[in-house]
Amino acid sequence: MSEQIGIELPGVELEPGEHVFTNCAIGGAVFVHVKDGKITKVRPMVFGDDDTPAWTIEARGKKFTPPRRTSLGNYVVSMKGRIYCENRIQYPMRRVDFDPNGDRHVENRGKSGYVRITWDEAFDLLESEIKRIHATYGKASITGCTGSHADFGLLQYKMGPFGRFWNMLGYSTLSDNPDSWEGWHWGATHAWGYYWKLGISDNFDMLEEALLYTDLLLFWGVDPNTSAGGYNGQDGCRWRWWCKELGMEMVFIDPWCNYTAGVWGDKWLAPYPATDGAMAEAVAYVWITEDTYDHWFVENKCYGFEDFRAHILGEEEGGFPRTPEWAETMCGVKARDIYALAREWAQKKTMLCTASIYGVSGACRQPYATEWARLMVLLLAMRGLGADGCNTWGGASMAPPMDMSFRFFGYSDVGWDTFGIAATHQAHNSVKQKTYRILLPECVMNEKTEWIGEGFCGNSLEQQITRNVCPLPKEEGGAPIHMIYRQGGSFISTMTDTNRWTRMFHSPNLEFCVTADVHYSSETKFYDLILPICSGFEREDICELGAPGGYGANDMGANFRVIIYMQKCIEPLWESKTDYEIYCELSKRLGFYDEFTEGCTITDWIERVYNASSMPKYMTFEEFRKKGYFVVPIPKSDFKRAVSNKWYYEDRECDVPDHNNPLKGTFRAKMMGTPTGKIEFTSTFLDEHFPDDEERPVKVNYLEPWEGYHSEFSDKFPLIMETPHMRFSYHTHYDNKAPWMDDIHAHRGMKDGYSYWPIRIHPQDAAARDIKNEDIVKVYNDRGAVLCMAYVTERVKPGVVMAYQAGAKYDPLEPGKEGSIDRGGCMNLLTPSRHVSKYAPGMVSNSSNVEIEKWED
Amino acid sequence: MGKILLIDITRCNGCYSCQISCKDEHVDNEWMPYAKPQPNTGHFWYKITETVQGTVPKVRVHYMHEVCQHCDNAPCIAAAKDGAVYKRPDGIVIIDPEKAKGQKELVESCPYHAIYWNDVLDIPQKCTMCAHLLDNEGWTEPRCVQACPTDALIFGEEEELKDRLGDFEQLHPEYGTGPRVYYKGLLNRYFIAGEVYDPDADECLEGATVTLLDSTGAAVKTVKTDVFGDFWFERNEPGEYSIKIEMDGYTARAMDSIDATTKDVNVGSLELKKA
Repeated sequence: MSEQIGIELPGVELEPGEHVFTNCAIGGAVFVHVKDGKITKVRPMVFGDDDTPAWTIEARGKKFTPPRRTSLGNYVVSMKGRIYCENRIQYPMRRVDFDPNGDRHVENRGKSGYVRITWDEAFDLLESEIKRIHATYGKASITGCTGSHADFGLLQYKMGPFGRFWNMLGYSTLSDNPDSWEGWHWGATHAWGYYWKLGISDNFDMLEEALLYTDLLLFWGVDPNTSAGGYNGQDGCRWRWWCKELGMEMVFIDPWCNYTAGVWGDKWLAPYPATDGAMAEAVAYVWITEDTYDHWFVENKCYGFEDFRAHILGEEEGGFPRTPEWAETMCGVKARDIYALAREWAQKKTMLCTASIYGVSGACRQPYATEWARLMVLLLAMRGLGADGCNTWGGASMAPPMDMSFRFFGYSDVGWDTFGIAATHQAHNSVKQKTYRILLPECVMNEKTEWIGEGFCGNSLEQQITRNVCPLPKEEGGAPIHMIYRQGGSFISTMTDTNRWTRMFHSPNLEFCVTADVHYSSETKFYDLILPICSGFEREDICELGAPGGYGANDMGANFRVIIYMQKCIEPLWESKTDYEIYCELSKRLGFYDEFTEGCTITDWIERVYNASSMPKYMTFEEFRKKGYFVVPIPKSDFKRAVSNKWYYEDRECDVPDHNNPLKGTFRAKMMGTPTGKIEFTSTFLDEHFPDDEERPVKVNYLEPWEGYHSEFSDKFPLIMETPHMRFSYHTHYDNKAPWMDDIHAHRGMKDGYSYWPIRIHPQDAAARDIKNEDIVKVYNDRGAVLCMAYVTERVKPGVVMAYQAGAKYDPLEPGKEGSIDRGGCMNLLTPSRHVSKYAPGMVSNSSNVEIEKWED
Repeated sequence: MGKILLIDITRCNGCYSCQISCKDEHVDNEWMPYAKPQPNTGHFWYKITETVQGTVPKVRVHYMHEVCQHCDNAPCIAAAKDGAVYKRPDGIVIIDPEKAKGQKELVESCPYHAIYWNDVLDIPQKCTMCAHLLDNEGWTEPRCVQACPTDALIFGEEEELKDRLGDFEQLHPEYGTGPRVYYKGLLNRYFIAGEVYDPDADECLEGATVTLLDSTGAAVKTVKTDVFGDFWFERNEPGEYSIKIEMDGYTARAMDSIDATTKDVNVGSLELKKA
């Protein structure tokens, strides 16, 4: 390591040799203490006297004011341990039996060891392989992607230099499936539009709205104490506590008693996974038969309600009434509880804490989840969406009072290239061919792979009907995929049925694969070339706390808007580099360095972004660089609230400050984003394009899941497993890194010196299998097997088991063997690769049939 | 006089930030003369333990917070040789890392199990309330308190906080050690919950009167069932109880032998038949 602390570095000097820097992680803005070139602590940012005062909300005789500091996602507190952990990739490494000029031994990927090489050797190999593949097959033969949410920042994060470099060079874009939105994206868009937000509502001024008016918070498949730790830190936890102080009732619908329900829930209702839609239809049945829905709204602001009414009452041809008694046979929640829920919801001003981000819900990643998501929108409509206190409020985690006129950016504002915010030369990809993330193994292994839709269809509903094929015909510039460049993250463990990736890595079609990452993750040791990347605290960047931009623009879940100059706290560890440095060198070797860099250092790019924002009105670049952060002033006292969807209820033009809403300022400004401009119980778009699709029908319809409770797999694999997002990591990025996370028993369980992934199982199911608490068990189905530690608990209902997704350790008992038993905790080895439905190519991770048995080693 | 720590478990969301931030502050960092570095694993100077209460569907999750109680009559001070453990004027108890070397018996001296043994350094270690920050860097609270997102932890002068102590209690006051840590929501009282429904109509019964009686038959508490027919008696003294359920137009019923001596009880779904 070189000398880290010099006079040129920004930051505050506490005492000789000790500085405090600013940075921002995926779950919060932080102060970083550095002494003698080593990070000593990472803590919440505490605002100073010259920063903005806090806002105050007055509601029901109480005043609510947040503290003037940030809060952190729990794993962010472990950052020091993560940065210095032994799983860091330290040097460029080449697979020992990979010979680019001879036998590549692809069959040994996942099994072979590695040899340390120099950066020059790594660049030589990259350059020669890219040139060879271009010459032999064409540019379309290379695909690649970044991982989600390892670190943060606008320019050096997942959508920074990757997009700029590869778009300039030309490559087959790897389209992401809308993994956090599936049911909303492919379903709810056909109920209320909002395609520019991938099927969920915006959220503005919702905290004050709830504190003023709301009586009931209904969390449907949502665990904000877990998931909202990301992006904004845990500020939303305090708001939910305020709601409790005001006496709001909190009802949770989830197969497992999640981390919000368990501490603050008033009622826990537990349907089987993927049966939520039946419960939703039964709620509608109660409202219709008891005549407790908003007639004015469904008649004036909606389309097709009469058909829906007939469907719910069983008056359509071949239909049957969707009674709570019927729903009980589907979902396992007692009919009388569904009646009670429907009546309570009808009687109280209710925020449905899903249908906007930070409340997208695990229920949106299930078989036929389109129907559940559509039903959520339709139930909101039946209650009068936008009436005082009746709305969607994502996880009760969003939209405090904020000045949204202050201009800043999110990482996805310019698609895959945040340099585009400030670049003179925009990068355009000359290659038309695409691959699709959840079909990548098929795209590599098969002669031809077809799918529908553009992945993230944020520009129009029509993007959902495009037909794609890989490879494209040669005359259209297509070519089979022969190389993958992966900038961080892991498919194995995060994507469904991930033994498919093992097969892909062993395919001779995949001639060369590269990963550039900070830590060794589940699949790192399958790649031919491994490049060490520095962490977000070892380089400079700029960002706004928690701001995703793009489809998540203005989705704010922290108490304050904080703009951060992410200072370089320490030098890159070992031989790690930034991705930007790697692409600079590659662009030099491939002949477009000047165009790529525009002569800018990263600091220059940061200054360009600063200049494009509202920041120059408040402080000079040098002041900002030195101080490291700026808290956007709170709204002035004459600030007029603009609550999401209230304009629609009140028949006004949309007045929320969402600059991405394409209807604003047009003749459709009073309308929803559907073809009729109304909330559609019957989808006119689906009627036009998929009139005969029974899996996502024109008229919403609950369908029993193709995998899960009562499915064809239930005899052989009777337990239904859900794999939600984690309490103690963000995807794979914090598991298996700092030991401080792994020694939390709820995260990993230690036995005989090995740290196992827990699976939660009900005492009844455990007893039937002679499984005791903390036994090692084999969780399996026809797709694979994972060894876990059984946590026997009342937190899951009988018949359901729960294990978090995305353990960062793939540890097969037989390395490199397809289908080997894993004991690292990659639960996605067991999830199905089948899509949500025939024309809804989304992933399904929360309703897998498995069996569990005690593992006797 | 002096510093006290209030832990409101009812506000705790179980994020473990207190436990993790303690490690961030003390692992790999030497804060002499207050503390030597904490080992990377194995020590929990601030420790959270999750307990699941009740049975499906009346389930709650409880988080116990274990930390040095900075006792006014600290057994570790009495057990220490050479004055290796001392109490500061502000009430904080510190193990002197130099003087305590080799004194492994201090681990056993603490009835709260808050002292850990460091094999490598050959010293006992525990929470210092981050006294190095309070003394030297202008901090007003230790790292665990700053990290808490819901203000479940409150740290300050006993004089200033004494008005808030009404709902708080000490952990094991019977040890007689004079702890300076106060808790709200300790798992030493248990809930008794259930659901009342009409089996003929198959409906949840809202508004039924449920009375909790102690082992002598004396009524302790009365609640009305909610829209789900649910009733919750919160934080009952350990013991055996019975309940009585009454509602106009229905035949009253009772349930005996509810054993809440060591744990929370979900009595399940109870039928109430029309009279």
